[in-house]
Amino acid sequence: MKFIAILVCALTLGLVWALQTQFGDIPPIGKFLNPGTGFWQNAEGKDKAKDEELKLDGLQGKVTIRYDEHRIPHIFAENDHDLYYVQGYLTARDRLWQMDIQTRAGAGRLSEVVGPKALDIDRYHRRMGMTYGAENSLRGMMKDPESRMMVEAYTEGVNSYIHHLKPKDYPIEFKLLDYAPEDWKPINCAYLLKNMSETLAGGSDDFAMTNNLKVFGTATVNDLFPDYPFHEDPIIPGGTKWNFTPLPIPKPSGAFIAQMTDNIKAKEIEPGVGSNNWAISGSRSANGYPILANDPHLNLTFPSIWYQIQMSSPTVNVYGVSLPGAPGVVIGYNQNISWGVTNVDADVMDWYQVKFRDNSKNEYWYNNRWNKTTKRVEVISIKGQKPLVDTVIYTHHGPVVYTNVAQKPKEGREDIPVGDACRWIAHDESDEFKTFYLLNRGKNYDDYRKALSYYTAPAQNFIFADRDKDIAITPNGKFPLKYRDQGKYILDGSDPADDWQGWIPYNQNPTVKDPPQGFVRSANESPADQTYPYYLNWRFELYDRGKRISDLLKAMKNATADSMRMMQMDNYSMRAHDVLPALLKYIDASKLNKEQTEALGLVKKWNLRFDADSEGAGVFNAWWLKFYDLVWDEFDNSNMILNKPSFDRTEKLLLTEPGSKWFDIVKTPAKETCTDIATMAFILSVNDLIKQYGEPGKKWQWGDIKDTHINHLANLPGFGTGHFSAGGTGSVINALKGGNGPSWRMVVQMGPEVKGYGIFPGGESGNPGSYYYDDMFETWKDGKLNDLLFLKSADEKSDRIKSTLTLSTK
Amino acid sequence: MLFLIILILTFICSYFWPWWVMAIIAFIAAFICNKKPGLSFFMGFAAVFVAWAIVALLKSLPNDNVLAERVAKLMQLPNWPLLLLVTAFIGGLVGGVAALSGALVKKAFFKK
Repeated sequence: MKFIAILVCALTLGLVWALQTQFGDIPPIGKFLNPGTGFWQNAEGKDKAKDEELKLDGLQGKVTIRYDEHRIPHIFAENDHDLYYVQGYLTARDRLWQMDIQTRAGAGRLSEVVGPKALDIDRYHRRMGMTYGAENSLRGMMKDPESRMMVEAYTEGVNSYIHHLKPKDYPIEFKLLDYAPEDWKPINCAYLLKNMSETLAGGSDDFAMTNNLKVFGTATVNDLFPDYPFHEDPIIPGGTKWNFTPLPIPKPSGAFIAQMTDNIKAKEIEPGVGSNNWAISGSRSANGYPILANDPHLNLTFPSIWYQIQMSSPTVNVYGVSLPGAPGVVIGYNQNISWGVTNVDADVMDWYQVKFRDNSKNEYWYNNRWNKTTKRVEVISIKGQKPLVDTVIYTHHGPVVYTNVAQKPKEGREDIPVGDACRWIAHDESDEFKTFYLLNRGKNYDDYRKALSYYTAPAQNFIFADRDKDIAITPNGKFPLKYRDQGKYILDGSDPADDWQGWIPYNQNPTVKDPPQGFVRSANESPADQTYPYYLNWRFELYDRGKRISDLLKAMKNATADSMRMMQMDNYSMRAHDVLPALLKYIDASKLNKEQTEALGLVKKWNLRFDADSEGAGVFNAWWLKFYDLVWDEFDNSNMILNKPSFDRTEKLLLTEPGSKWFDIVKTPAKETCTDIATMAFILSVNDLIKQYGEPGKKWQWGDIKDTHINHLANLPGFGTGHFSAGGTGSVINALKGGNGPSWRMVVQMGPEVKGYGIFPGGESGNPGSYYYDDMFETWKDGKLNDLLFLKSADEKSDRIKSTLTLSTK
Repeated sequence: MLFLIILILTFICSYFWPWWVMAIIAFIAAFICNKKPGLSFFMGFAAVFVAWAIVALLKSLPNDNVLAERVAKLMQLPNWPLLLLVTAFIGGLVGGVAALSGALVKKAFFKK
């Protein structure tokens, strides 16, 4: 009897222990499921519209927050400290886990909470110098009194929220992963910027291009990878005068000249992903004032990368989107100005071959002598294991990301060369928050120009419109001063002539104000034509979206905000416009069977729009991709990473060089021609479509065959949208494709009273148990914009205000 | 009686203490109430089962079970009521064995 009693007691304790413990990826079942502190507590009632009053440590005055029907906060503070404090507090309240996990990703600290499976990515981020760069950026921010105030107040606000949090209130993701939020630190704000730099300016094809050079030789590479595209419509309109005297351009290094003149034979970039922005002058709008539009294309996730907010204090009243984890508004407007951004694909990441003296790697050869390396020790904590201590060697260029092949993970990034040091703009001291501080308060064009001078990375096309009826655009960032093509290939780490030779002065970055065409716009294409004296990069995003935007804007008269909204949803394919007639000309229709002929009929009568219900769009898309692959079979190499020529170069080949040797497929004995490739590509791609979707017809509708979805940030099943049918693709203005696309659509009508419209897919809350988790998704999906509520004061009446939160000091 | 004591205390304590406190409650309550082991298990099980279901529903119903539906999908369950059942069952099981332990300890060590 006693034995049984003890056995049952032990069993009970064992059961409780098991339910309190995490096994592998399964959260501790009891801890997670119990209704008192587990996930059930994260369910929010529908009616959250209650007025609240809270007292918080550290506030200096009273702060009033008005919440509208989408629970977007409109903050009214008595001073700037309180304004950024409350931004931090409210953002944490809605997005704490997102802030935590994004920071961890940047800092290479994911393994700490998810275990060894994140070790490779953590190690990559550490070795890439994300921490090193964040520390340098933080130093830059803290030097400026305003940036420092913003970052410190924001941090205070986030921590004020965290300190009041009970375990039952932790966001559900903390419960799933079984860890607790930790204090926010100012450097976390810097990590967020490093993440943006990694996403937008952290890729490189130097390695692949160097391989290209070895395999194909200089003449071919120069022909297939030209420094300026065949089709182009640069951001700064052709003919714009450069009213400055450029600095002398550095001389190419000896090694570069040898590489380019030597006759010895010595990861594909995903095209079509980027962003759009444009602004029309008053001459093209109905009310005589400019209209500005912006839709940055980024990974679409729940919660969204953006957080909508209105921020008001005696020095500022601004509305727009912020990045959770960073103070201020990144894209938005105030009563006087509006601004937006798209990415500038400048080459700000270069690789240097390093010659070490010996295996200790304490010295490297540079400028004809041995120089000391520095070593940085990175300690990566791993859940359930001993920490990993990793030493990274730095030359004066930057970190040697992989010193030897063993350090490079098999599943890791193919584009990182082994043994080379990385020079990256994101390693430099910087103070981007100052730019946004000034833009948020900007009153006119001069304020805009001044704000831009503080900005380092990732470089952006800053577009601008104001109440004085000025419009402008500036591809802006800190750009290294380089000789032409410097960094197109891996550079010589021992030659000072291959170093970055200073910087392009800010006021010499390409820019244009009020051009005669009556609009400005960008879609990640070349910032300027070939008259611009400086070298920024040899390749930019394809011209398709930019050209379509120009074409539409040139025809625009009496435009309204709604004309801009419709443009943002435009699915017309410039690529199809350019290449489809040629493909149709070359295809040999006599070789097609019945179904293939039917498919050809679909694409012949197609209106060139990637609409959700289009049956021809998918045929063209598959055809073109297959055509591209067949043309460049010479670049399929399993031994090394090579860079394939761009779509633009392929278009040139198809349109102007139909007799080119590149059409031949090297593996076959026959000599293929353009006609053979066009026909073969069509047959193969249509057969694939039939295999996947059956006979040509309704099932081929673009919206159904294109995989479009929005996942939870951690890809948790059930927490995202799943597949939905939608139009668009990477090369059209409505660049929605896979899980990437317009992450925020904004249109701002300037005037005596500014009027903003905007939407992002998702909601303000990051809590999957909240009604505000995805309440804006449908509106976004339908291509509509919400009227943005811009309050002039805390007391302004509006029936859209649903509740008020009042904060004051304890 | 045993049923009600465990139910009410589990309900109240779930708002203040970690979930496993209910095992202590069930143990002590069964120890004091001194029912047969089988009956104690059943009472403990039923009481915590009901208490957890109520606490969960109080949160989930005003939410239209949106979150419960998402978590059910995450855990590869067909629908949220099943998730509620699993939740309540796990609570019930712990409550049951804890009550059983209490009754058995009483019977084995404190009774002639």
